[in-house]
Amino acid sequence: MEMFLYIALFAPLVGSLTAGLFGASKKTLFAGVFASGMLFASFISSLLLLIQVLQGNTYHVEMMTWIATGDFYVPFGFVVNSVTITMMMVVTTVSTVVHVYAIGYMDHDKAFNRFFAYLSAFVFSMMILVMSDNLLGLFIGWEGVGVCSWLLIGFWYHKESATWAANEAFIMNRIADLAMLVGIFTLYWNMGTISYDGIFAQVAIADHDMLVVAAGFLFVGAMGKSAQFPLHTWLADAMEGPTPVSALIHAATMVTAGVYLVVRMNPLYDLVPEVGYIIASLGAFVAMFAASMALVNRDMKRIIAYSTLSQLGYMFVAAGLGAYWVALFHLMAHAFFKALLFLGAGNVMHAMSDELDPFKMGGLQKVMPYTFWMMTLASIALAGLFPFAGFFSKDLILEVAFVEHHYILYTVLLITAGLTAFYSFRLAFLIFLGEERYKLFGFHPHEAYKYMIVAMSPLLILAIIAGFLFKGTYYEMVTGAITGILPSLEYHVHNHTVYWIMTIGTQLFVIAAIVYAYKKYIDAKIDKKVEEGFFYQLLFNQYYIPKIYDEVFSKPYAELSKMCWKLDNAVVDATVDGIAGVFYGTAKKTHTMQDGNLSSMLKWMVAGLVTMLIFAALVVSGDTIYVILQTYVAPVLEAVVGMIKSIGH
Amino acid sequence: MMEITLTHYLVLSTVLFMIGLIGVMRRKNLLMLFFATEILLNSVNIALVAISHFYGDFTGQMFAFFIIAIAASEVAVGLGLLVLWFKRFNTIDLDNMTQMKG
Repeated sequence: MEMFLYIALFAPLVGSLTAGLFGASKKTLFAGVFASGMLFASFISSLLLLIQVLQGNTYHVEMMTWIATGDFYVPFGFVVNSVTITMMMVVTTVSTVVHVYAIGYMDHDKAFNRFFAYLSAFVFSMMILVMSDNLLGLFIGWEGVGVCSWLLIGFWYHKESATWAANEAFIMNRIADLAMLVGIFTLYWNMGTISYDGIFAQVAIADHDMLVVAAGFLFVGAMGKSAQFPLHTWLADAMEGPTPVSALIHAATMVTAGVYLVVRMNPLYDLVPEVGYIIASLGAFVAMFAASMALVNRDMKRIIAYSTLSQLGYMFVAAGLGAYWVALFHLMAHAFFKALLFLGAGNVMHAMSDELDPFKMGGLQKVMPYTFWMMTLASIALAGLFPFAGFFSKDLILEVAFVEHHYILYTVLLITAGLTAFYSFRLAFLIFLGEERYKLFGFHPHEAYKYMIVAMSPLLILAIIAGFLFKGTYYEMVTGAITGILPSLEYHVHNHTVYWIMTIGTQLFVIAAIVYAYKKYIDAKIDKKVEEGFFYQLLFNQYYIPKIYDEVFSKPYAELSKMCWKLDNAVVDATVDGIAGVFYGTAKKTHTMQDGNLSSMLKWMVAGLVTMLIFAALVVSGDTIYVILQTYVAPVLEAVVGMIKSIGH
Repeated sequence: MMEITLTHYLVLSTVLFMIGLIGVMRRKNLLMLFFATEILLNSVNIALVAISHFYGDFTGQMFAFFIIAIAASEVAVGLGLLVLWFKRFNTIDLDNMTQMKG
């Protein structure tokens, strides 16, 4: 079975390197097909491992020693347990689908092969992140997915906006990663180990304040990767990348790494409920904050990106309140329907020649029936209607908040659920129903390739069934007696009447939001009065946060950089240039020596010979040199020093 | 009559070497340059043989023979090149050979 572990881990790397071999040449279908095949192999291996885990077996292998210096020992160790296998399944499933889909989506792209090299490399990094048995391995994967994200956001590097967005994402993550490193250092400093098992064995006896510090810093790292406020701006801008990238990295997998970290470190977070409460509060805030920005945005992909942010907020609420299995469950369900939503958006973009404004679409249902159904069902799953995946995972988070008596969080999340339904169906209605406005703009939409639709279908099925079919098995696996490593807390509202009122009430609320979205946007009227209003402008400009960041951080930093640049020019550059100038000047004056005339060259040769003879003669008696230095050189030096001193005065 | 000692030989060798060096530096005619080089080599030969005799060790004399042999072959090759050069450029003046500029 260890073989399957290695296949699951390394098959994406093989695919990436193979596709990378063709990186510089023009499109070869083989690169995409091979990379997808490797991903499928990884998926199958993960599936076999999942079956093993369900039967009660877990795996922990040490491939080899990585770092061993003194007391510090870190192996390349990999773990397959109920939590990591859940993530592995999510990652491999979504990435296999996205790979196959991307063969069609990137069909006309010149850098087709390069794309697959990056995409598979991302999956490999993600697998390292998930499977590593220590925090350092997790960190390597963490940085690996960061680099791949940077490469893929800036994939169309000839676009100024894409490179800008890539750099923004990378730099913001770097800030958070610093905090994460500090967290890891804190743990190592106090516990002398960075393996999960070692840390978990010691948390119970560790100093409480230290745990608060470590948990806090690790969470700041998670905030960066999962784009939580105030490090959230990069995620919406990251939509500059190709849509399969948005589906895989910026919706389903990488951005959930922060949630995964909190879930994985659950014994630590269990002991610091105050940090957990901050996490939950921030999560609830981000859920509503992001959803509000999605309400008015006019960029299809950005709306879905804000929705991702909002759902990540939900996951953090669950994780912060100690309901780790709920957080992980919502992570899984969300990965399926959000990836589906993005891929559907990709189809629409393809059909509409990369147009992103849903107000220019409308009536696409007739030309793209499959995409219409997929996106609608994904939206239903996102809105959390029974019996789709979102109902089981998202409503569970609401219940968690309710049962734990955090009624403010509950209210915020409930309102956000309504907002979620509103904005996702606003988008769906604007794109697919109503008048065919695209005709005014001269678009000729068409349905995507058949195999792209087929590739998306597993996600559709999962988005529908993942909730009711998997919940029991999943719960048993991650919290059960044999393989469970998460606290097994059932969240039931004890009063049946309250439970039914809550559930049905939420459903009705969501449906009402959908109906309202239908009424408001079926004819895509733009209400000028509302648009000029303060709140619309505030939301449309993302609370002016990008502008504030620009004014507060970017511009002063640019000024500072300019000053340093001038200083650098005046001191460091001048010194280096001066030294170079001396050599250059000497060379300029002496290059006449080599005038090509044999006679003068011979003269120089003789001069050299004489110099060397004199030198040899001096060496013969060291005393002589000493005497010469004493008599001739020392007085000269003294005179020079005296001159410098007198100048100084 | 004064006895000829090692010093005399070495002085002669040095004087010849100086003459050779000055020739190498001052002469502009390639043929004369060859002569100057020969003088240099032979001055060294004198020194080698004299010291060899002084110590009663034949190594120096053998060395001198080697030098003579090498000098002969060097002159053979050098003169060939010189003739070729003269045929092509009709001059063997050193000031005209300035192609190897740095």
